[in-house]
Amino acid sequence: MKEYTFFPGCSSEHNASAANMENSIQSMCRILGIQLNEIDDWNCCSASIGYAGGGQLPRMAMSARNFALAQKQKGNTDLVATCAACWLSMRETNERIEEEPRIKQDINTALAEAGLSYDGHIKTRHMVEVLIEDIGWETLKSKVTKPLTGLKAAGYVGCQTNRPFGVCGDSYENPLYLDKMIEATGATAVPFPMKVACCGGALMFSETEKACVLTKQILQSAVDNGAEVIITPCPVCQLNLEVYQGMINKTLGTHFNIPILYYSQLFVLAWGGSWQEAALHQQVIPAEPLRRFA
Amino acid sequence: MAYDLSFAKDVYNKSEMGHWIKMCMQCGVCAGSCPLRAHWQHSPRQLFQMVRAGKRDEVLKSSDMWMCTSCYNCIVRCPRELPITHIIHGLARYAETEKAVDPMQPTRRFAVEVFWKNITATGRVGEAMLTMRLYFQDGIGAGIQRGLEMRDSALGMLKTRRLNPIPFRGKIKGYDGFTKMLAKAAELEAKLENKA
Repeated sequence: MKEYTFFPGCSSEHNASAANMENSIQSMCRILGIQLNEIDDWNCCSASIGYAGGGQLPRMAMSARNFALAQKQKGNTDLVATCAACWLSMRETNERIEEEPRIKQDINTALAEAGLSYDGHIKTRHMVEVLIEDIGWETLKSKVTKPLTGLKAAGYVGCQTNRPFGVCGDSYENPLYLDKMIEATGATAVPFPMKVACCGGALMFSETEKACVLTKQILQSAVDNGAEVIITPCPVCQLNLEVYQGMINKTLGTHFNIPILYYSQLFVLAWGGSWQEAALHQQVIPAEPLRRFA
Repeated sequence: MAYDLSFAKDVYNKSEMGHWIKMCMQCGVCAGSCPLRAHWQHSPRQLFQMVRAGKRDEVLKSSDMWMCTSCYNCIVRCPRELPITHIIHGLARYAETEKAVDPMQPTRRFAVEVFWKNITATGRVGEAMLTMRLYFQDGIGAGIQRGLEMRDSALGMLKTRRLNPIPFRGKIKGYDGFTKMLAKAAELEAKLENKA
């Protein structure tokens, strides 16, 4: 049994937008024998847009509080995040605490107000890094009992899982890990030139028309390349592509109806998990192309 | 004509990662890599040169740095490895602290008035409240209009248990300490911004 400290993030909460990611990740970890020990009383990581209201210290203090709680509760066990923005802000904060003594000092002065301290040394990892580095491709493939043969999927990596840190040394311009995950389930990864294009991120909420054009191009590229589903590791990509699809159709005159799924949902189904265990009942655009494997 | 370096010095000293602007060699890879490039009035490269040229008002009042989606494409492609995304975020934050930015700039409004208030009110993102605040920021009529546009999606999310029907979420247990921590961090941040 492998154990990790776990930071689920706000969108993974019960009744939140990425509840389907959280539920399928939990099923995936059960099958793999991974135990995720959630940090008690964690707070928001401040996300990508937190810079504007908080500036650097308050923004980083938010991530630092999670590290401080993690260190107190679970020691320096590797911390796993599933959300791209959480993973990124926590990695950035940790890097600056480790490398800039002034920041470390100020952060700890702020943490002291909450009766906490953090001295660094917790490694933040993305769930896909754990799958690739600690579980390994052979195990991921060997668990398949229901191969998704014939399913055509577009692997949409997006931005923050890919940049600026990258996953397992993969290329920024043409990362292959998600395609390899799709292929590991027996499905076919279609060529997908928009795999690292930006979905608009938080600008979907403030500059909706501009962001919808970006999202439309991503959906179009996936459909043009024959994809039946789009697979992503990022909850913001998932939300923007799925929830705004109807609005894109209405405002830009398109007719998309393509399910946007997480890599974890694909794995759980291919490993013999049920529709519910893969949280496929939690898709706003129903995952019909996967019915033939359920 | 003598150059006025006071604005550039302010940015180098007070804006997050601002000192990196000195290193920009004006190649334009950032401009070509940005997903919002079609909408910029001034690209990152141009903003950096305007900082160096002392164009305080033009930079701080600009809507440009508020168009960053935080995709980090510019960062990984910059041949001089400037942390461009962070510099752009820093400029936006600096404009906010200088109260130079138009309060109605849409991303500033979302980021400062809706998002930051939402996460600091309870310690976590309350998605339902966040969406309501966002939709109703221009009044009830506009809110209802926006809500109706997104009705099918919202119902879909409710049905699939991805949206809490009760918009109020409780505070985290350590909320008092969390608030004190943020206040102290803001105090230290102000000192950091006023150094130089």
